[in-house]
Formats: sequence, structure tokens, C-alpha cells
Amino acid sequence: MDQPLVSVRDLKIGARTDSGREVEIIKGVGFDIAPGEIVALIGESGSGKTTIALSLMGHARPGCAIQGGTIRVGRRDVTAMSERQRAAMRGTEVAYVPQSAAAAFNPAKRIMDQVVEIAAIHKLMPREQAEAKARQLFRALALPDPDTIGSRYPHQVSGGQLQRLSAAMALIGDPALVIFDEPTTALDVTTQIEVLRAFRSVMDKGAMAGVYVSHDLAVVAQIADRIIVLKNGVVQEEGTTEQILHAPTHPYTRQLLDAFEPVPHVPEARPAAPEPILAVQNLCAGYGAVRDGVPAAKILQDVSFQLERGRNLGVIGESGSGKSTLARAIAGILPAYRGNLLLDGKELKPALADRSKDELRRAQIVFQLADTALNPAQSIESILARPLAFYHGMAGAARTARVVELLDMVRLPGHLRHRLPSELSGGQKQRVNLARALAAEPELILCDEITSALDTVVAAAILDLLKELQRELGLSYMFISHDLSTVEAICDEVLVMLKGRVVEALPAARMSAEAAHPYSRLLIASIPRLDTGWLKGLERDPALVAQFAGR
Amino acid sequence: MSLALRLPTPARLGYSFNWVGRIGLAVILFWAVIAVIGPWIAPYPPGDMVDYDYFGPMSGQFWLGSDYLGRDILSRIVMGARYTVGIALAAVLLACAGGVVLGMIAAVIGGWFDTALSRFLDAFNGIPHLLFGLVVVAAVGSSIPILIVTLAAMYLPGSYRFARALAVNVNTMDFVTVARARGEGFGHIILREIFPNILGPVLADLGLRFVFIVLVLSGLSFLGLGVQPPHADWGALVRENIEGLSLGAPAVIFPSIAIASLTISVNMFIDNLPTRIRDRSE
Repeated sequence: MDQPLVSVRDLKIGARTDSGREVEIIKGVGFDIAPGEIVALIGESGSGKTTIALSLMGHARPGCAIQGGTIRVGRRDVTAMSERQRAAMRGTEVAYVPQSAAAAFNPAKRIMDQVVEIAAIHKLMPREQAEAKARQLFRALALPDPDTIGSRYPHQVSGGQLQRLSAAMALIGDPALVIFDEPTTALDVTTQIEVLRAFRSVMDKGAMAGVYVSHDLAVVAQIADRIIVLKNGVVQEEGTTEQILHAPTHPYTRQLLDAFEPVPHVPEARPAAPEPILAVQNLCAGYGAVRDGVPAAKILQDVSFQLERGRNLGVIGESGSGKSTLARAIAGILPAYRGNLLLDGKELKPALADRSKDELRRAQIVFQLADTALNPAQSIESILARPLAFYHGMAGAARTARVVELLDMVRLPGHLRHRLPSELSGGQKQRVNLARALAAEPELILCDEITSALDTVVAAAILDLLKELQRELGLSYMFISHDLSTVEAICDEVLVMLKGRVVEALPAARMSAEAAHPYSRLLIASIPRLDTGWLKGLERDPALVAQFAGR
Repeated sequence: MSLALRLPTPARLGYSFNWVGRIGLAVILFWAVIAVIGPWIAPYPPGDMVDYDYFGPMSGQFWLGSDYLGRDILSRIVMGARYTVGIALAAVLLACAGGVVLGMIAAVIGGWFDTALSRFLDAFNGIPHLLFGLVVVAAVGSSIPILIVTLAAMYLPGSYRFARALAVNVNTMDFVTVARARGEGFGHIILREIFPNILGPVLADLGLRFVFIVLVLSGLSFLGLGVQPPHADWGALVRENIEGLSLGAPAVIFPSIAIASLTISVNMFIDNLPTRIRDRSE
């Protein structure tokens, strides 16, 4: 192999925290990228993957600084360049595709104006030529209406299309290296496939090299030639995609792979309770101004299901399918306007204010983002103590003892109770979030995407904890997620939702085999597998995709 | 990660604050003490003409000189502290407390209550401050409680708007939803869930409003509607001695310094409150 396109040697990046402490984020990382090769940087949040990717453009985020080592791109030494030289290089030699395309586009300007901006800034080609090239790229990225899509505004195209448009923006300057920063993380699975396919095809055609930053091994397996596994700013393992997936040598890589393989859930054998813990009959709920007892925007329509005591129900579907609204309607936060809710055989009133304290206690809801679900102004102790005082009238030493016990139940040390939520890690916060629900001693916990914001390894630990708590406390979970492997790992039954309706109810263990509804099959087939040939071999019925994934 | 036992001392919990804040607090406390013990330490009765000269210089007899009628400025400042510190502080606390409580209630209840209250206070805010003060004092006469209530009423709508805007944002956070789903009452949601999270900006706003109230109070006194002679608040001292400025009289300089020291230190103190109080979201 001739000279690599990119070579990074002994890279060190540090930052100064608000309290003036120096921290080392990247601790001596080195790697090469050959021309035309796609290298994936994979790791958990905080592993430094994005920081390294940005440093290839000579950019360090505010507060961070490149403190040592060399980065060479092409024949240029990025670390030795002036800021002006780096600015000239960005867009023409190294380009960047950000995670959130919605935030990367200016909502007030037409898409075409923004896509050809790089050509204008660097005076690469006249406007006419740039627009022709952009249209060519839109076509290569399989965008609909490639000739006219540029005249739309960013809010007029879907999330998946916008992400492909931001790739077009990056590719217009014919860069030698493209940095993809988690470009599909915010997308639905059915959309993700289109985006990945489009990326794959343009990268295959051109001789561009790529850096693909992701936390998702299955996505990376579809697109990368080589994988670099990072943790805490240090390279753990580097190898070809095949080798990393099938013969990992580093224990951390194996841990990442293990977290990916769900342990199928084995339902507990229990004496059948006479009444299901939760029964939902023809539930309808929506938002907006209520007229004639019906809200303006109807979200849930005729949802019915039953959840047996001690069993778990998964609810899957893409964004906008009404999963979270279902949990909110059951919890009473959004009162249903029609239909019945039965908790343990007894009717639950739709509105919170009409429910008794005991009814509220028995069904608890846990939200996705522990950051916003925990009051930043209260210590962990007062967060956990409140439901104890509220539902059980506990006070004083007994309450403190129970707080420690609850923290122990979620496997956290008791002294954490003096801290504020901001002083905990993401996984710890989610455990506290769970402990607060447990404090009420509920029978049913509504889990709204509780593992979605967590790293794979941390999420797997939370799932294990949920199972353990179920064995000890006989809980029932309603588990909302867009991630099918998570649902498979914990649920007995799965509801597939589409546009506010339940399209199918399936046993979780035989989800892929028994799915009959075309949408369920499409959804299940869209989950990336840990197999490099999965994307290429994936056959999808275009009519089906157009019908259900056309968002 | 360190698992060492952390004792919750104020310093470790982040409740210690820096020297600038401490100096601010010291100056505020100094004036508060002066306001309380004023009558006992003032060298002369504030209304008596004790100097034969007017706009007298600083001397051993009259430490800060004398005013346009030959009254002792030190005594007048010491006695004026009662009015300035007392009235302004009481008014600003009343205005902010009322505004914040109403703002949080409006944010949580929402709907027609929010709209009605907001529009009413907006309309009220449209009345010029001094004009409003003029009408109230003309109607019910001037007394200290009336002054406090009038000043508080002038600044309540602004404080309400500010607190409501902050509370609306906090109200949509998941932890408030969780509290609501738990069945918590209105009082708990407002006081425990929302209030601590808007406290920082509200305090900064309070500091700013305090300065405005000191200024309006002196304006009212100048119009003869504020503190009644022979007593005077600091603002009135500046106004009544303003002609002495061309003579370089200390009579106008020292009340100005007193106002500046108080308003600046209030803001120094609030801007340097412990991070825990000032910015809880960090």
C-alpha cells in the first residue's frame, strides 16, 4: 500500500473544565487511513470518538485544545497549520456530516443555497455548475425529485432526506476525506437503511476516504472497512470489520459485542392471576382543543391490549407512532377521551385528578431522559424521599434508611444520596430515575424508552437490573422502545404500533418468525444485524417501503 | 470514580462564595446595621440646622460637611439609610415575591387564567411609573407603607413576566410531569419543583429591580411625594443639594457615594452567589 491519506500519531487533546481542572480527553491515539478506505471510530459516549474526528479538520470544540501529536491529511500537517489554512482545507479536502442534519441546516434558507455554499466560499466553480453537481449528488444519494428538491426549505423534507442532503453538502467540494458523525443515530430504523445505502453507494463510487463515528456496531458493520474501538480516549482495538466482529481480541470489544446479543427473555412461571394487571380497551387520546369531547389532533385510536400480572409488554414503533402517548394516557398525564383503563380489574379514571393516591401509586412512569426527569435542584435523597413521604408517610431515619435501601436495589452506593443529579453519570441517573418509581412500591412500571439514551453496555446493565427487580418484587413492565433487540431481551409480548393504532400483537421470542402484518415485517427486517453483508443482501419491497416509511 | 465518603459541609456542597460576593454582602450588612442603629449614632438631629455656613466643607465637627441649610450631612445620610434601604428593600421583596408567585401560578395553571392575568398586568405596566406614583400619593397621601406598596406595584408586572417566562420552560420538564403523575398538589409543584429551578435568574432580576426602585424613590422624593421633610432618603439628599455640585460640596457627593455603594454591592452580591443557588441547572 502506498502512503496513507491520513496519519495520526500520538494525538493528545485536553480540555479545561469550568472549575479550572485540566483533563486529558484523548491520550495518545494513532492510526492511518488509506485513500478510499472507510474507518469507523466506535465507542461509548465520552470515549473521544467525535473529538478525534473533529481534530482531523484541525478543529477542537470550545474549551478543548490539541496538545500534542501530529495529524497529517494528504501532504499537509494539520497540527502545524494556521487557522486560515485550516479554514481553506475544510470543505475541500476534509468535509463533515453532522449528527443532527436538522440543526445543521439554516431553516430560513433554501436547501440548494446551503448545499452549494462550499463551492461559493472556496470559489471552486460557478453557481450553475455547482447546482448541476448538487443535482447529480442528489440523484446519487437516491433523493426523490432530485431536480427540484433543492428549491425546498429544510422543514419541507423528511429527517432521512435532510441527512442525505447534508451529505450532499459535504460531498460537493470533492473532499478526499469525509467525516460522518453519527449521521443515522437520530433516524428511525426504516429510514436509516435508505440513508446508509445512499452513503454506501456514493462512497463506493468515489475514491473518497471516510471516518464514520458511531456507537452502533451493527450500523458500522454495514459501511466500514476497518473499525477502531475507543474507550476513554485510548484505542482498545483496531482491525478489519470482519476481524472485530468475529474474532475480537480485546475484552472491551467482546463486551460491546455481547451487549448486542440479547439474552432472550424467559418468562417467569407464575400462578395465573385472575385479573390482568392492566387492561386497555378501545383507548383514544389526542392533543389540542377539545370540541364535542374529541381533541383536534387524535393520536391514539382504538388501542386495546392486556398485560398479565408479572409479565412484560413491549410497545414498538417508529417516532410519531403514538408509543409515548399511550404511556401518558395510561398514566393519566394525557387524559384519554374515550375507552377504558382497568388496573387490576378496577376501572381507572382517565384524568389524574380523579384517581386515588393508591391508584397513582400502583402504576409508575419512568421517562427516557433522566437528565430532565430528575429535578436538578434537589439532591438524590430528596428526590427519592418525596414519594416515600407522599405515598407511605415515611419520615426521619426510617425514610433515610429506605432511601439507602432503594439505592442499593438499583445497585448504587448509599452515599450517592447527598449528590445532585448533575454529579452522576447517565447510567446512574437512569437508576435513580428507576429507584424513584420503585419508592412508590408500584405493581406496574411504564418504561418510556428508558435505555435509548444510554450506551449499549450501560443499557444492557439496566435491562439486567429490570429483570432482577421483576424477580424480587413481582413487577410488571410496559416497555416502550424503538429498539427491537431491547424489547426482545425483556418482553413477553410485543405490540407493533403505527400511526396511533396497534397493527399487531406478537410473542416477543418469535417476533421475526410470526410477524404477519407487512409493517411489522418491514420494521423487524430493518434492524441492522451484526453482519457485514446484511445491508447488501437486504431485499425490501419498494411498494411497502413507500407505504410505511415514506416519512 | 471516587467512592470516598463525602460529608455535606456547605463548602463541599458548593455553598461557599468568592471575595467579591463577600464584600458585597459586607456592604449590604453595613448599611442594614446603620439603618437599624441610626438614631443612636447620628451626631446631630437630622432636621436641625447646626452649621452657620451652607455647603460647609468636611471638618472635625461635621465629618461629611453640611447641606444647603447647614444641616449635618452625616446625620442625614445615617437617617436616610432607614428610608432608602428599608423602603427599597421592602418594595423590591414585595414586588419580586408577588411577581414570582403569580408568574409560577400562571405558568402551571395556564389557559384562560394565564391569559387574563398576563394581559391585565401588561395593561398595568403601560402606566408610567412616576405618573402612577403621583396619582396614588395624591389620592391616599404619603406614608411609608403607601410608598412601599406603590413601588412594589410598579415593579410587580415586570417581575411577573420574567418569572412566568422561566416557569413555563421548567413546567414542561419531565420531572414536573413525574411529580404531577405522582399526584402532587399545586403547592408542591410550584415550591419544590419549579421555584428552585428559576431562583438564580430571579435573584439576578431582583438585584436589578432594587436599583431601579432606589432611583424611582428618589424621583418621588424630589417631587415631594416620597419621604416627607425634614427626613430625606439618599436620592432626595442628592436632589436637594444638587446646586452644591458646582461648589464641590461634600453634601452632594457623599449621598451619591452611599447610593452607589449600596446598589453596586447588591449586584456584586447577587452576581456572586454560590453557583448552587445562582445556576442550578449546571
